[in-house]
Amino acid sequence: MQACHLAARDIACRRGDRVLFKGLSFSVQGGEALHLAGPNGIGKSSLIRILAGLLRPFAGTVEREGALALSDERLALDGHQPLDAALAFWRRIDGSGDEGADFGLEDLLDVPVRYLSTGQRKRAALARVAASQAAIWLLDEPLNGLDTQWAAVAQERIAAHLAGGGAVVIASHQPLALAGVRQLALRDYVA
Amino acid sequence: MIARLWPIFTRDLALLLRGAQGRGGAVLPLLFFLAVAMLFPFAVGPDARLLGRTGAGVIWVAALLAAILPLDRLVEPDLEAGFFDQWALRGIAEEALLLVRIIAHWISFGVPLLLAAPLSAGLLSLDAGQLRVVELGLLLGTPGLAAIGVTIAALTAGLRAGAALGGLLAIPLAVPLLIFGAGSLQPGGEGGLLLLAATSLAALAIAPFAGGAAIRAGRE
Repeated sequence: MQACHLAARDIACRRGDRVLFKGLSFSVQGGEALHLAGPNGIGKSSLIRILAGLLRPFAGTVEREGALALSDERLALDGHQPLDAALAFWRRIDGSGDEGADFGLEDLLDVPVRYLSTGQRKRAALARVAASQAAIWLLDEPLNGLDTQWAAVAQERIAAHLAGGGAVVIASHQPLALAGVRQLALRDYVA
Repeated sequence: MIARLWPIFTRDLALLLRGAQGRGGAVLPLLFFLAVAMLFPFAVGPDARLLGRTGAGVIWVAALLAAILPLDRLVEPDLEAGFFDQWALRGIAEEALLLVRIIAHWISFGVPLLLAAPLSAGLLSLDAGQLRVVELGLLLGTPGLAAIGVTIAALTAGLRAGAALGGLLAIPLAVPLLIFGAGSLQPGGEGGLLLLAATSLAALAIAPFAGGAAIRAGRE
């Protein structure tokens, strides 16, 4: 995996009339994981979208080197398609190989996406991220809806991505069992 | 870039032709188009001369109304499901995505209208010469209608009552196409076809940029 790097410099985020946080800076290199922690509504998802370049920060800049993959509450998989075909659409765009989906989805490949349960949909989204071959993963609440077993598997997969030289930014209100993860409490930057 | 846009184009086309997840396919606008042509003789009577004089205009109005039907499924479902975000993440420009979508939309809505126009012409007692001009006009005008449709769909995606609002916004924008299209059928109105082509081209040139800006602004 090529070198990757994601840095936020003095980011402030405004939603409506409220400045959610300001003065937030960090830097993540390949092999590093960052956990954005904080209660609901503090701006974790907004920060993820700022890092993804989908939302303009109110102040500050984001520097990035390396491709991005994003998993948020929106699945971006066609509901009427079988899971296999829905994931294959993104594999074709990303030009990634035809490796089978993991995350225990092997038995679900012929099931239309709209029939998947919450946890299965989350695993499908993580499989889409993993298949994208992007160096930087942005995961918004990746463990929501996963049971203990799959939460552990998901974190193993994240650890494997880190070991392979990738970088991960995780927004989660849950504690993570990842070795060497740095925590950034958004509460410290509330405006 | 083309290699990445091709799967997007085939997906767009499959969704717009077949329909899925509450998006009716290409059949509904087509049936609507034919239904208008069928209703008109019932309303004004079977006088062939009257129908021949007004029928071509009716075909144009029917085409315009049929173009409005699929507006709410052109952009909104993919925006809602996060597809546009994922494409943006991969550095695929919204302008390219919308151009692809305009082409797919035209194939799924313009081409069926072209194929159905002879049937409408029969219902409205148009002669062969008029049908030729109508077909030529639709061929030149429907790409413009498709471009306007996708732009409006991008502008109203995510709004409450976006579908109804979209129809209201699309009609005034499509008026020039209607005037030049129906006008080309008047005696000596062939120049209308050139103006129709010009209007269509202008709409096609502006639409991807206007729609792309709308989608980006909608993210804020």
